[in-house]
Amino acid sequence: MEWVNIVIQGVLIGGLYAMFAAGLALIFGVMRLVNIAHGDLIVLAAYIALMTTDTLGINPLLAILIVAPVMAAIGYCLQRALLNRTLGEDLLPPLLVTFGLSVIIQNALLELFTADSRRLNAGAIEVASFPLAPGVWIGLLPLLQFVVAVAVIAALQLLFYRTAFGRAFRATSDDQSVAQLMGLDNRHIFALAMALSLAVIAVAGVFIAVRTNFDPAIGPARLIFGFEAVIIGGLGSMWGTLAGGIILGVSQAIGAQINPGWQLLAGHLAFLLILALRPEGLFPKVRG
Amino acid sequence: MIAAFKVEHATRSSRIGMAAFASALVLLAAAPAWGGRDDLRLLAEMYAYVALASLWNLLAGYAGLVSIGQQAYVGLGGYVLFASTILAGLHPLLAVPIAGAVAAIVALPVAALMFRLRGHYFAIGTWVVAEVFRLSASQISALGGGSGISLPASIVTAMAPSRQLREFLIYWVALVLMVAVLAAIVLLLRSRYGLALTAIRDNELAARSNGVDVTRTKLVVYILTALGTAMIGALIFLQKLRISPDTAFSVNDWTAFVIFITVIGGIGRVEGPIIGTIVFFLLRQTLADLGSLYLLMLGAVAIAVMLMAPKGIWGLIADRFGWQLLPLERRLRFAADARTT
Repeated sequence: MEWVNIVIQGVLIGGLYAMFAAGLALIFGVMRLVNIAHGDLIVLAAYIALMTTDTLGINPLLAILIVAPVMAAIGYCLQRALLNRTLGEDLLPPLLVTFGLSVIIQNALLELFTADSRRLNAGAIEVASFPLAPGVWIGLLPLLQFVVAVAVIAALQLLFYRTAFGRAFRATSDDQSVAQLMGLDNRHIFALAMALSLAVIAVAGVFIAVRTNFDPAIGPARLIFGFEAVIIGGLGSMWGTLAGGIILGVSQAIGAQINPGWQLLAGHLAFLLILALRPEGLFPKVRG
Repeated sequence: MIAAFKVEHATRSSRIGMAAFASALVLLAAAPAWGGRDDLRLLAEMYAYVALASLWNLLAGYAGLVSIGQQAYVGLGGYVLFASTILAGLHPLLAVPIAGAVAAIVALPVAALMFRLRGHYFAIGTWVVAEVFRLSASQISALGGGSGISLPASIVTAMAPSRQLREFLIYWVALVLMVAVLAAIVLLLRSRYGLALTAIRDNELAARSNGVDVTRTKLVVYILTALGTAMIGALIFLQKLRISPDTAFSVNDWTAFVIFITVIGGIGRVEGPIIGTIVFFLLRQTLADLGSLYLLMLGAVAIAVMLMAPKGIWGLIADRFGWQLLPLERRLRFAADARTT
């Protein structure tokens, strides 16, 4: 029964990783940009949630309604003002600019909030749990965040394949110049994609800030989790990121159970194993 | 009818540059005679950064392998130094080349995995590898686990009897390593591989279609870079005398600074990292009191350079005046009689 519990915990936390990954996969899919500052933006969302709860005195889960639009606005402006200028044939500018951005966000947070570990307090829901079967308990908060993660990914999938908005994303992704000929403004589309990506990671960022401590330096670890989930799941598939996140979460949970020092290592090893055996990921959509 | 020609690398500016390098080298080799203890430490640190940045420049600027996980090899080198001196009882200076050899061997399977990741994802993949190394190092209890370990006094004194001699020795080793790394890069770039690398830097597809074995060239560069980076890593921690997983595999110290140095100095040119290191240390000596604000500014400067002058300081100068400090150009010079045939 103990192992059943561990696997369930791993699956539930995997939902969070899937949201990190979905944000990353979304912008990669639309504009072939890998945002090195992705993890630091997740941490930034947590700090914005912290300020919101401190000033308004509301529950952090409610604060998502404020944090997500704020992050989306930041994403839109960031893309229009900075990142659009880096896109092109050359890989180097987007990588180095987002890497610089990562260092800037980390150190700005350090200046503003010090290196102290922080946490968001969501109240009674944090400890609420119910039995699923004899000996198997599920926490209400982990379940809620998993349900939210599945809902977010389903919504992204619908948006991509069922709306005009998604059609614009896919068109730009397939061929930028033809999309422009058809009257799409690529700079605006890219900025919308980045806004959406940051709104998604804002949700994930608030949930993880309720679950675990955060400090300004923790961003890169979040980026790596999202990245590993993307590669495990397979490039270009939203549901693949969910599978990738779950595999990562379960590997970490099992590793932690064997030896607390192995939690992160087990996740990385699962990633490297998949990369060695199935480099295209488990559920690839983009071929070639 | 074979035209008689030869390839010339040197130009007037490179002859002046080489003369300047030679005189600077003599001056720097004599630093123990004119500099204080702090000067020597600072200079040795600068040499390490010139070497690290030059290697990263070779990897990212020429071979197009943008790694943000080179701290993996700096830390590996440091840990091999500590393992081979503490556990195997080797002389510390012998451990430096061993660190390079171990890193080259480790780099082969790492490259086999990482080369499966395309472009941007390769960058984050290398970071995962560095994390795996860091977490693994903190599991080695014989080397202090997560809290790290100091080099025992007996090993330190075995290197040289007095502290002053030891400092001189480490200083000279750092200078020799930097010169060796720079010389190796210049020689590599002047070889067949250099031509292939420059072609890859300018246009990978065109290079491939002209018969350049791109993957093989990249693999060679990746392994050579790992080798050099680990030797520098061993030296850095020989100077520090203490190692821990967090300092050995620090992404800020061994990758962020190195990237900023290369970008600001001029990526894709051998002179860039040298110029970048000088600028970086000048800034650091004047602004280091600002702490995290200093890093923030450095990040902003690097972004500004990347957007507005992507070839860096040296790129601006070289394009403006057509200078090269190192003899790297290729110019065909025909023999007088061959011209007429």
